[in-house]
Amino acid sequence: MTETIKAKNLAGTASTTGDPRPTGTTMAIEDVTLRYGDANGVLALDDVSLGVARNEFCVIVGPSGCGKSSLLYLAAGLNDATSGSIKVDGREVIEPGPDRGMVFQSYTLFPWLTVRANIEYGPRRKGLPAGQRKQIVDQYLDEVGLAPFADHYPAQLSGGMKQRVAIARALANDPAVLLMDEPFGALDSQTRGTMQKLLLRVWERQQKTVLFVTHDIDEALVLGDRVLVMTARPGKIKAEIKVEIPRPRSMDVILEPEFIALKRRILGLLHDEIDEDH
Amino acid sequence: MAQRRTAWTRLTTPFANIPASTATTLALAMWVVVIGGWALLSYGRVVPNMFLPTPGTVLQTTYRMSLDGSLFYHTLTSAKVVILGFIVSSLISVPLGLWMGTYRVVQAPLEPLVNFIRYLPVTSFVPLFILWIGIGIEQRIAVIFFGTFFQQLVMISDCARGVSRDLVNASYTLGTKRSEAVWHVIFPAALPAILDTLRVTMGWAWTYLVVAELVAASSGLGYISLKAMRGFQVDVIFMAIAAIGLLGLITDTAFRLVRARVAPWAP
Repeated sequence: MTETIKAKNLAGTASTTGDPRPTGTTMAIEDVTLRYGDANGVLALDDVSLGVARNEFCVIVGPSGCGKSSLLYLAAGLNDATSGSIKVDGREVIEPGPDRGMVFQSYTLFPWLTVRANIEYGPRRKGLPAGQRKQIVDQYLDEVGLAPFADHYPAQLSGGMKQRVAIARALANDPAVLLMDEPFGALDSQTRGTMQKLLLRVWERQQKTVLFVTHDIDEALVLGDRVLVMTARPGKIKAEIKVEIPRPRSMDVILEPEFIALKRRILGLLHDEIDEDH
Repeated sequence: MAQRRTAWTRLTTPFANIPASTATTLALAMWVVVIGGWALLSYGRVVPNMFLPTPGTVLQTTYRMSLDGSLFYHTLTSAKVVILGFIVSSLISVPLGLWMGTYRVVQAPLEPLVNFIRYLPVTSFVPLFILWIGIGIEQRIAVIFFGTFFQQLVMISDCARGVSRDLVNASYTLGTKRSEAVWHVIFPAALPAILDTLRVTMGWAWTYLVVAELVAASSGLGYISLKAMRGFQVDVIFMAIAAIGLLGLITDTAFRLVRARVAPWAP
C-alpha cells in the first residue's frame, strides 16, 4: 500500500455516491483493489468500498468466483490488498489479529484439542487466567448447545457441530468484528437451516458486528440487516439492499411477500452477472 | 441392511473390515506356514543343515546362549547402538524438519544438499567414519545416524508442509503470532505424521545395524552373525536374524502405543 493512499484515507475523502457506509462504522473498507500476480494479473476486486456498522449483520452475496471470499481474507489480514485500506475501529489492518475473528468454510478446528480446548484457544493466547477462561468456555458451550460434547475431539463431531464449535471459538475471543466465509456452505440444507437459526439466536443475544459472505440468497436475507450484492469478477459492490424484516426472525420469513420481493430483486441482479459471464 | 452378505463376499469386498478373530487366525496361519515350510525343508534334508539349520537347533543355540548371557550381552550392545543413533538423529531431524517444512528460507538451502546426501549408500561412508571417528561405539552410532537422519529430515519436512493452511490462518485470527505458529499449530497438527515417520525410520535404523557392525565391532548381533559365518554356524546367524526381527517388532509396537497415547485424536 502506498503512502498516497494512506494519506488520502487519513484525510477522510471516502464519500463517493452510493457508498454503502453507515454511521458508527466498526469496519471500513475503502477503495480496495486486489490483483493477483503482476500488473497484468487477474483483477479479483475492483475498487471496493463498504462499511459495517457496530453490531450490524452485513452480508455480501455474489456469484462464485466474484472475490467475496478474497475480500474477507483481506479484512482478516490474511492477504494484502494491491491498493486501498481496511480499518477496524479506526486502526489500519496490516496483519491478522484476534480483533477480527473468522469462521471458515472448511473445518478448521484444531484436531488435537477437545471442543473445550478449541474454544479456550483464543482466551489462552490472550493470557486470561484459568478461572475466567473456564467461565467464557462454559458460556459459549451453552450458547451453541454443545456442553455435553465438551470433551470430544473434532473428529468425533458432525459437520454442523464442528461449525458450531468454530463459531463459539471465534466469539470466545470477543472480536470487534466476526468474519464468516460461507460457514455453512459444506452442510446439508437441513443442517444449514438449523445453523442459521442458531447463529441468529446467538447474534441477537451477543450483539456482534458480523460480515458474512455467502452465495445463498435465502441465507443472506434471513440473516442480514443489509445485503451487498457483488458483481462477477472483477468483484465490485453492485447494489445495497436493506433488509427491514423485523427481528427476532424465524425461518418462516422466507414465505413473507417482503422477503420474496427482495429475493426477486437480488436474483435479478445476480442473473445479470451470470448472463454477462457466459 | 440385514446380514444378507455371505462370509465370502465380506472377505472379498475391497476395504471391508473382517472380524478380529479371522485376522488373528490368518496372522497365526502365516507363521505356521513359514515355520512349517522351514521345518519341512530342514528336517526333510531338502536343504543341507549346513546351510539351513533345523528350528530345533536354532532353539537349542538360543537356549545355550541365553544361559551364558552372551545373547543378552550382544543384543544389548546392538540395541544401544541403534537406539542412540536413532535418538540423536531424531532430536535434530524433528525440529529441523519442522523448520524446513515451515519456512522456505530454511528449505531452499537445505533441500538440494539433503537430497544429494540421502541417496548415497551408507556403506560407502564406513571407511571414512573409521578414519574420522575410530572403531568405537561412536562409529557404529554414526552409521545409524547417517542412514536415518537425512531420510527423516525430508519426511518430517513433508509432514510439516502437509498441515492445512486454513488451520494456520484460523490460529492467526485467534491471536497466534507468526513466530508461534510452528509450536502452537504446525507441530501438534503434524505430530501423528511425525510419529509415523519415526516408526518407519526406526525400522530402517535396525536394517543398518549389520552394516554398522560389519567392520571393527567386537560385540553385537551383527558381529556374532559375521563371526558365525566364518565358523559355518548357520544356527547362530538364524538366531541373530530372529533377534533383530523381534527387537524391530517390539520397537514398532512401542511406537504404536506411544502414538495412541500422545495423539489419541488421530485416526
